[in-house]
Amino acid sequence: MHEGGFFYQAFVYLAAAVISVPIAKRLGLGSVLGYLLAGVLIGPFVLGFLGEEGQDVMHFAEFGVVMMLFLIGLELQPAMMWKLRGPIIGMGGLQVSLTAAFGMLIGILAGLAWQTALALGLILALSSTAMVLQTLNEKGLLKTDGGQNAFSVLLFQDIAVIPILAILPLLAVGGTGGEGAAELEHGHTWVDGLPIWGRTLVVFGVVFFIILAGKYLISPAFRAIAKTRLRELFTAAALLLVIAIALLMTQVGLSPALGTFLAGVVLAQSEYRHELETVIDPFKGILLGLFFIAVGASIDFNLIASRPLLIGELVLALIVLKFVVLFVIGKLFRMGTDNNLLFAFSLAQGGEFAFVLFSFAIQNAVFGQEVANPLIAAVALSMALTPLVMLINEKLIQPRFGTKQQQQKEPDAIDEKNNVIIAGFGRVGSTIGRFLQANGVQATYLDIDADNVNLLRKMGLKVFYGDASRQDLLHAAGAEETHLLIIAVDNPEKTAEIIHTAQKHFPHLQIIARSNSWNDSYDLLDLGIKHVYRETLDSSLRMAADALCLLGQRRYAVYRGIKTFRKHDERYLRELAEMRHDQKELIRGAKQRIADLEKLLSTEMEDVGKSKDLGWDATTLIEEFGQPKSAINA
Amino acid sequence: MKTILILFAHPALQKSRINKVLIEGLTKIEGVTFRDLYQTYPELDIDVGIEQQLLIDHDIIVFHHPFFWYSTPPILKEWQDLVLEHGWAYGSQGVALQDKLFFNVMTTGGRQEAYRSGGHNNFSIRQLLAPIEQTINLCKMHFIAPFVIHGTHSIQPDQVSTHRQAYHQILQMLRDEKVDLDRLRSLEYLNDLLAD
Repeated sequence: MHEGGFFYQAFVYLAAAVISVPIAKRLGLGSVLGYLLAGVLIGPFVLGFLGEEGQDVMHFAEFGVVMMLFLIGLELQPAMMWKLRGPIIGMGGLQVSLTAAFGMLIGILAGLAWQTALALGLILALSSTAMVLQTLNEKGLLKTDGGQNAFSVLLFQDIAVIPILAILPLLAVGGTGGEGAAELEHGHTWVDGLPIWGRTLVVFGVVFFIILAGKYLISPAFRAIAKTRLRELFTAAALLLVIAIALLMTQVGLSPALGTFLAGVVLAQSEYRHELETVIDPFKGILLGLFFIAVGASIDFNLIASRPLLIGELVLALIVLKFVVLFVIGKLFRMGTDNNLLFAFSLAQGGEFAFVLFSFAIQNAVFGQEVANPLIAAVALSMALTPLVMLINEKLIQPRFGTKQQQQKEPDAIDEKNNVIIAGFGRVGSTIGRFLQANGVQATYLDIDADNVNLLRKMGLKVFYGDASRQDLLHAAGAEETHLLIIAVDNPEKTAEIIHTAQKHFPHLQIIARSNSWNDSYDLLDLGIKHVYRETLDSSLRMAADALCLLGQRRYAVYRGIKTFRKHDERYLRELAEMRHDQKELIRGAKQRIADLEKLLSTEMEDVGKSKDLGWDATTLIEEFGQPKSAINA
Repeated sequence: MKTILILFAHPALQKSRINKVLIEGLTKIEGVTFRDLYQTYPELDIDVGIEQQLLIDHDIIVFHHPFFWYSTPPILKEWQDLVLEHGWAYGSQGVALQDKLFFNVMTTGGRQEAYRSGGHNNFSIRQLLAPIEQTINLCKMHFIAPFVIHGTHSIQPDQVSTHRQAYHQILQMLRDEKVDLDRLRSLEYLNDLLAD
């Protein structure tokens, strides 16, 4: 049924994505898992909408990974990149070499020749950039220590592909490979004939060229293109840039992802950075989605069904081996337990590069199809399991470890008995804490980021690690004796969890909660929280106030206006919260209230007309006592 | 030459026509410091240290304000409560303001006839200013006659600019010490200085 041509395929892929991803998101599984499941569903083994062309789609969609790295590069300033050099070389180097070594050992023990075992070890040492970064990004974990380190290791792996490609042909046991086999599916490269040092030289030359071009060539080119004011031309140019770099890198035998990443870093300081991001991002999203669908579709269920035990063992061995190596490295580099767990779990899978390298190795007669096939299935499965493993880590393992750490610190926690507990010690929590402290109120702080806690503790603050939505932790923090719980975490779901725990186990606690948006505020009001603070409301109003003052309006009037606005805004929030479940009613109510507020404020500021500040308005006095024609105010 | 500090308080200057005119050009008069309290402290967070230093630096202190409910707008009350500290402005140790001159500059909606016994407001302006007068006495300053513009509900624009000229002229006379203290205290209104 899968002969229908381009539109048919596009339809199947897009429909699968559009249907399954929202469902997966709704179930809290994340989009990656959604795409994978969609792939499995439409793949040859379940519904059979797609056949073997899934493989081709996967190669095409791999370009999404390239774009993703370009975008990541764009967000990374060169200085930041330089700061990461330690983790990249240290952690990345250790990870690849240790995993390869252990993989080789296992291979030899399983009776393979050492060359074959080494080749497999190297191939399996790589993790899936696409899977890891997409999942971390979606969960907002890319900026954590664990996320940053995972990213560093992935970068090193991307670099490591180059020497691995060079080494693989040398590991051929049978010797049938021959010279001509040294090709990737991209065909011959410019550097085939060169000796190793020559290739290295060319590689460095190209990298240097990209950096120079990014600085002196690409920016002016974009400036010229932007001047044409044709948006689609800018899109075309951005795509051209990414594709050109990918081609160039492939030609010199480098990973295209690495090249575009470099270009991204170089362009991170360009004024077109945001424009490039906006233009490339949708392409990246769709291609990555395609890629994940293709991975799902390519899982060979026939093979798995015929040798389930072997495949299961391989998957388990792969995940466990990689996890253990990563976890030990994390310990070596002194990561906090929760960051280390995130780091190790996120990278414990085979990567999309393994598919490329497997076929490359087979072409070079390093090993045969019968060795590769089960492993390919295992790699695909391990990739598919990644979002699931990370979900398990997040929901089941992490919270437990959080408690363990907390229990170690419990002696401190018990001597802290303050009137206030502040959950979340970030930008908001720290400001609240400073002000309370300045007024002689000591608070007990709880934060969920272990590294943050360590840092703050070093600075002499009494901050405790742990998840404030856990009853035992709130108890340890003295919730029984405390009057007030301030929730300053920036995650609405976590806020709701903390509120549930507090209301259930410590009903006497008064709660003050931070919210991100109107919708969050509705949720909090629904939970019965009276003190709800939208985190950006007050600073926005202050900015608006100062703007009006700078435009020459009377400061006192402006500040009164701000207070009026805030008062009405808060009232509307509460009124709208009650009608929120009726969408039509909500929209009508909101429109009406915005109009009311605008009217009120404009009369407030106007010279004449009805004023709410009637005490200062002499109009009626003038009517009664003065001569209306010439009357003016005092 | 004396220096003059004008503490100006109008909570809704954007609605004003008279005070807005009266204050025009005040900053250009030599020896005069014009301080717009509502503009300086839109949230009424008065900085006591700065205000006290300004008082020390000047010889003549002026409250310039519309006469709301027989008194000043609230920020001037807040200002008095916070700035005139015991031990600094009054009390046995409080001599910081000794012998400075003080007067009010005010606009009232009612006409002058209304401010007398049996009139609409029953009391004279001087009587109604008694709490401020006593505050000034306690601070060992000299309370002199106020400058008052009456009948603002029916005032004509050309009259406003005449009042402005008078106001500015009197400030300069006081600055240049052209009038002796006894005369200043015995006058009903400072406006009368120009009537001679």
